[in-house]
Amino acid sequence: MTAQAQRRTPAPPPGTYLGMPKFQKNAKEQLANEQLRKNLRHATGTIRAKRAARVEEVPEWEELRLAGEAIKNRTLRHLDTYLVQLEDSLQKAGAKVHWARDAAEANRIVVGLVQAKGVDEVVKVKSMATQEIELNEALEEAGIAAWETDLAELIVQLGHDRPSHILVPAIHRNRSEVREIFLREMKQYGTPAPEDITDDPAELAGAARRHLREKFLRAKVAISGANFAIAETGTLVVVESEGNGRMCLTLPDTLISVVGIEKVLPTFADLEVFMRLLPRSSTGERMNPYTSMWTGVTPGDGPQDVHVVLVDNGRTNALADPQGRPALRCIRCSACLNICPVYERVGGHAYGSVYPGPIGAVLNPQLRGIGHEIDQSLPYASSLCGACFEVCPVRIPIPDILVHLRKEVADHKRGKPKLEPTAMAAAGWVLADHKHFELAERVAGLAARALPNTTFLGPLPWPASAWTRARDLPMPPPESFRKWWRTNRGEEQQ
Amino acid sequence: MSAREEILGRVRSALVDVSVSDPVADVPIDWEYGRPTAMPEVLARFVEMCEDYKATVARCDEGSLASRVAELLGSAGVRSVVLPSGVEQPWRQAIESAGITVHGDEPPLSRAELDAIDGVVTAAAVGIAETGTIVLDHAPDQGRRALTLVPDTHLVVVRSDQVVSDVPEAVARLAGAVTDGAPLTWISGPSATSDIELSRVEGVHGPRNLLVVLVG
Ligand code: SF4
Repeated sequence: MTAQAQRRTPAPPPGTYLGMPKFQKNAKEQLANEQLRKNLRHATGTIRAKRAARVEEVPEWEELRLAGEAIKNRTLRHLDTYLVQLEDSLQKAGAKVHWARDAAEANRIVVGLVQAKGVDEVVKVKSMATQEIELNEALEEAGIAAWETDLAELIVQLGHDRPSHILVPAIHRNRSEVREIFLREMKQYGTPAPEDITDDPAELAGAARRHLREKFLRAKVAISGANFAIAETGTLVVVESEGNGRMCLTLPDTLISVVGIEKVLPTFADLEVFMRLLPRSSTGERMNPYTSMWTGVTPGDGPQDVHVVLVDNGRTNALADPQGRPALRCIRCSACLNICPVYERVGGHAYGSVYPGPIGAVLNPQLRGIGHEIDQSLPYASSLCGACFEVCPVRIPIPDILVHLRKEVADHKRGKPKLEPTAMAAAGWVLADHKHFELAERVAGLAARALPNTTFLGPLPWPASAWTRARDLPMPPPESFRKWWRTNRGEEQQ
Repeated sequence: MSAREEILGRVRSALVDVSVSDPVADVPIDWEYGRPTAMPEVLARFVEMCEDYKATVARCDEGSLASRVAELLGSAGVRSVVLPSGVEQPWRQAIESAGITVHGDEPPLSRAELDAIDGVVTAAAVGIAETGTIVLDHAPDQGRRALTLVPDTHLVVVRSDQVVSDVPEAVARLAGAVTDGAPLTWISGPSATSDIELSRVEGVHGPRNLLVVLVG
């Protein structure tokens, strides 16, 4: 028997995130994928418009953003206090608290807890933290099948694929691709998709409902993340749409939640700010269909064996850098991905991480360090246009952090034999300051006018060439990119 | 060193630049909690927003409530319901006399039994007008969480004095239940997904029909 046949769940694509080439190379490959770019353009454009309309409805939006920023700052600057309080509240409510220094330790804890229950499968709620630690593969290695239950995650899992967006992980797939995946794969892992299924999204969702229902009804252990963890009360919050989260959080006897240490909020009252910021920023809805909040064990209702695994995995690295620290305020809404002109063109896979887009470009190098090529390249995966900051519900100054990280990367490389000091310094000059960048772009804009039939520009003229040599830059319009963005995206936002 | 000690140690050394030890004094939060959001008519907004999420909304007075509940279940094609123990007797009688089979949850129904039941009827804790949200705190008139999850139709009765303008007032009202350890379920319309080409599909895993009765 081959290794493939022994697997319990569909195999992900070969290789690891960190084994991926640097952003520029990935981006080049992704740019060549016309279907991907079409799917992405459509999807990000739709969510952008929805978000803008929902934000417009709230007159005190800017006040809310400031409150969100302040609450997260308070939490992060006193994280030790709030973590100890959270642990205490959770234990009083009957939950067992585990601490994990890194991904391997978190995986060991979860695998151990599942094995102790004597089961060989778990159902999972979409969770960035468990993707980050690659929990599914750790479970698979232990002979435990982890079933993703979010529709998009199911598409990714059955498609032997990786997620490409925080919120809509299968954003790169269109309906006919989804139909093919369901027809081919569902029958291998449970209830098959009907043979005559069309590519109507309602029919495809119906097939997912039937496929997963048997798994929900028999599951004994569920694994979740949490959007928020309330220190004061020990309450965990999961925000979702489909009800798969409620199924996982309610039906099994055992619930294991893997929670990054930065997810804590001081008080239950703080949710009034975040439950307004998050749905409008992420799906562009006034409220997402379902939110579950639970506080340890509720006798006679839901899981009676409740575990919370608090994970560091690099978060304390980010915390230790006062300039990078604001990135930990992120509530994973994905608004910065949807607004980002670079993300829209290259897609999520180019970032070599479960955290793509602008937030990925600042978070990954901080969580993982800048020792890997991919993490060294990420701070350059941006035009510094500033749109991500403007939409970010917790006001993370992503462009500033990118510039800061570029300097860190340059310093790091300077210590190595293969360094390119002139190139890095030149790139630094272009990218460190909006004015310099605009100047370089205007030069590029002239080139664009001179070559009107070209959609992609080769390397930008010096000094921007130091940065763009490795990739084709989408052709900037004759006016500067930032000006173009203001005119175009600015309108869309109104 | 235990992982706990090591992580807390890393956190503390990461925060050497923080000199004020009181979090509240260190980072002021310029936000007034629990404020209502101004709107002309809270109940009308609640109805409008629930309908915007494809929930069916009916309004009635106390006197006609029980018969209205039975009638709505009938027109939704519901043949059997589960009723949490705290649900009012007159509802039960009206539903039974409409020919709908009523199940109790004592002793607790198995998942498979619940899966075979068409609907569930519950009260609610809070309604939020601005977002069209209904919050359950799973008191005895709402039952344990699985009851409002597995059956395909959920009829929820919201009283007008439970409806607040927006999320901040709702959070303030729910704080007591959370402190007592109650789980909360926030429901805004039927289960939905936009995962395939962002086209919204109502009804994935949770109840595909949400019927809201607003009383008073
Ligand atoms: S950085 Fe801000 S906009 Fe981007 S995902 Fe995080 S919270 Fe959302």
